[in-house]
Amino acid sequence: MKRPQLLAISTLAVLFGAAILSGLISANPHSTQYRELPGARPSAAFLLGTDELGRDRLGRLLFATRISLLLAPAAALAATLLAMIVGGIAGYFGGFWDRCTVRIIDLMLSLPWLFLLLAARALLPLNAPPAASLIITYGLLAALGWAGPARVIRAGTRKLCQSDFTLQASALGCGRFRILWRHVLPNLQPILLAQLWTTIPVFILAEANLGLLGLSASEPFPTWGNLLRDLQSPFSLQPEAFAPLAVVMLSVACLKLAMPHQELHT
Amino acid sequence: MKRFFILLAMLGLSSAGARGAQAPNELRFCLRADPKTFDPLLVDDDNSETVRYLTGGVLIRINRKTQQLEPDLATSWNVDGQGRGITFHLRPNVKFSDGTPFSAEDVAFTMKRLMDPETHSPAADPFRSSEVPPRITVSSPLTVSILFGAPVAGMERLFDQVAIVSAKSPQKIAAVLGSYFVAEYKAGSEILLSRNPNYWKVGTHGERLPIIERIRLEIQQNRDIELVKFRRGEIDLINSVDADTFDELTRLMPRSVLDAGASLESEMMWFNQVPSSPLPPYKQAWFRSAGFRRAVSEAINRADICRIVYRGHARPAEGPISPANQFWFNAALKPHPYDIGSARRRLEAEGFRLRGATLCDREGHAVEFSVITNAGNRNRERIAAMVQQDLQAIGIRLNVVTLDFPSLIERIAKTFNYESCLLGLSNLDLDPSAQMNVWLSSAANHQWNPNQKQPATAWEAEIDKLMRAQASDIRPEVRKRAFDRVQQIVSDEAPFLYLITRNSLTAISPEIQNASPAVLTPQAFWNIDWLRKPMFTAENR
Repeated sequence: MKRPQLLAISTLAVLFGAAILSGLISANPHSTQYRELPGARPSAAFLLGTDELGRDRLGRLLFATRISLLLAPAAALAATLLAMIVGGIAGYFGGFWDRCTVRIIDLMLSLPWLFLLLAARALLPLNAPPAASLIITYGLLAALGWAGPARVIRAGTRKLCQSDFTLQASALGCGRFRILWRHVLPNLQPILLAQLWTTIPVFILAEANLGLLGLSASEPFPTWGNLLRDLQSPFSLQPEAFAPLAVVMLSVACLKLAMPHQELHT
Repeated sequence: MKRFFILLAMLGLSSAGARGAQAPNELRFCLRADPKTFDPLLVDDDNSETVRYLTGGVLIRINRKTQQLEPDLATSWNVDGQGRGITFHLRPNVKFSDGTPFSAEDVAFTMKRLMDPETHSPAADPFRSSEVPPRITVSSPLTVSILFGAPVAGMERLFDQVAIVSAKSPQKIAAVLGSYFVAEYKAGSEILLSRNPNYWKVGTHGERLPIIERIRLEIQQNRDIELVKFRRGEIDLINSVDADTFDELTRLMPRSVLDAGASLESEMMWFNQVPSSPLPPYKQAWFRSAGFRRAVSEAINRADICRIVYRGHARPAEGPISPANQFWFNAALKPHPYDIGSARRRLEAEGFRLRGATLCDREGHAVEFSVITNAGNRNRERIAAMVQQDLQAIGIRLNVVTLDFPSLIERIAKTFNYESCLLGLSNLDLDPSAQMNVWLSSAANHQWNPNQKQPATAWEAEIDKLMRAQASDIRPEVRKRAFDRVQQIVSDEAPFLYLITRNSLTAISPEIQNASPAVLTPQAFWNIDWLRKPMFTAENR
């Protein structure tokens, strides 16, 4: 493992650790409004000051970090698994299934995903608690974000199915399932990992986009996207208001750097 | 983020700012978008309204400061005893901007065109008190009478929205009687208005009005860019600014901001009481209970909302009419008090009980509901977050849902699939007759339970009766009494929970003299004839 990669993984670990142990770092709940102190500057009680409603910025940032670093990889994993199933079937069976799947993938990729997300979100039940709305948001990202990886996985599967060792296994009498399980899937692993790694920052940024539009998790849950919206208010002129931006940039950069080189090349 | 880049742009360009030289005696400000029309009878949007105000000549003008009627193209008028007819005596020797003489024929032509159903004029709707078209009689070149089929409440005030067009001018609607005429229009870029050479009004010492020769209206959607332009002196005013911007400008340019006090705009919340809505019966029962609605209202700390969200540039709302509406505001009303104890007592009286920290109804259902509001409106989202915390104190769990605007409208106007809604209200028309489409139980905009065949409650039936009574009477004191009672019922029954009334905030360059912002639109330039800009360019600043 090279040094930048190690550094990136360490940074992510520190961020994740801080987010998990947020209660120890900031004693203030992320949703409590200290209404006598809106827009307060950093102090011993509020290390990053308070937002426009008097909520602890640090507490909210750590909570949002926990959400993004837990749910974005989970959604990316779900999308990659879905992509694996769809792309794998298309690539392995070929013919009619392949043609159908490719058309569906093309259709999915041609859709304006942001508008699709907005439309899907508008149809959701209104009384979902904030935690559920958050999970639904990431679930939607996973449900709509599988098409790109599926295309890559389908191409990889197809290539593997046409390779000499698969042909040889087939000639030796291996069944379809055994070929798939023992030969195709293990060789697809680098592609799957690469897709997983590249999808995580995409989902982080997608949530940030939704948050900027005010369409991410509902109040009082903070997310990185919601926190970035604070930069639109005059309080943004205070340096501490840029902390969420710094954390998002750092996390996305670390996720890119932490990706193993061989996966990148794949 | 956007403001960060704008800040950088401001820093980078601040030295270049003073170089933006303006032509002398030219007023500049921004419109949010192109006007949809230059036809004064078809105006239906704010931008077209701005152009109409600056270019159109009307028979009677509402003074935006005093809210009193003032003669304009009509030197006097008489309304008949039944409130059906009005006779105007017109100002002599007035000409349109192209030199065509103005006469009673033009008023008749304008009114006929206005009331023609084919014109689809939004300004005509308030005049349509009956199906019968009005009878217009020109008795002399300077006298014209209009007789409507039924009494029209507050008829004189409606003429403030009717800009007279010429019956004979070859320039048609381009010939105007107002202070300015449209000299140039570059779609998507700017509109140049030049002083009307034939404008009838003169100053107290006989000087020519309006004082400012030209007005350049820049089409600018982005409010941040508008703010940068104002700071650089490239525009002279921003008609309406939000509280955040106002405070920022107060810090940077304290002499350029003005808080004119309570405006006609408020924020309110209501519960869905539509019987056919897909809500479970127990929730419908909560929302139909006046005690529940009042309890929710009394648990909301309006003073905190004013202080935190609006930085003090708002006041707790008393009811449907803002105190800015001097005549129609019911001064006896007070905002619902912030009183947790009273809220709890009201809930107990309705059978609600606290189980731990959760409020439950008689049948044991935990009290939890959602409030929808439009995504992207920061202030509204902040209000929702504050209401959420306030309601926690009485054991109610509120889920805040932000929706894109079309989805929100779909839910509140078509599917009725929502529980409560937080939105803003702008009563631009001072007269309560303009609110018939809200207060009548049969109306489509009777938001909490629209399109009722019969009034669902006794108090809604009483409101219907009072609103119809005030609309068919021309005696102001009788109408006021009826509408005061409507306001009182609305305050007691709380179908709408009025939260705050925003202040009217404007930004005007200190160079502009005689500026005196009003709470009615157009706030900053209502007295455009008298605004004066010293004869120097931006280099002299």
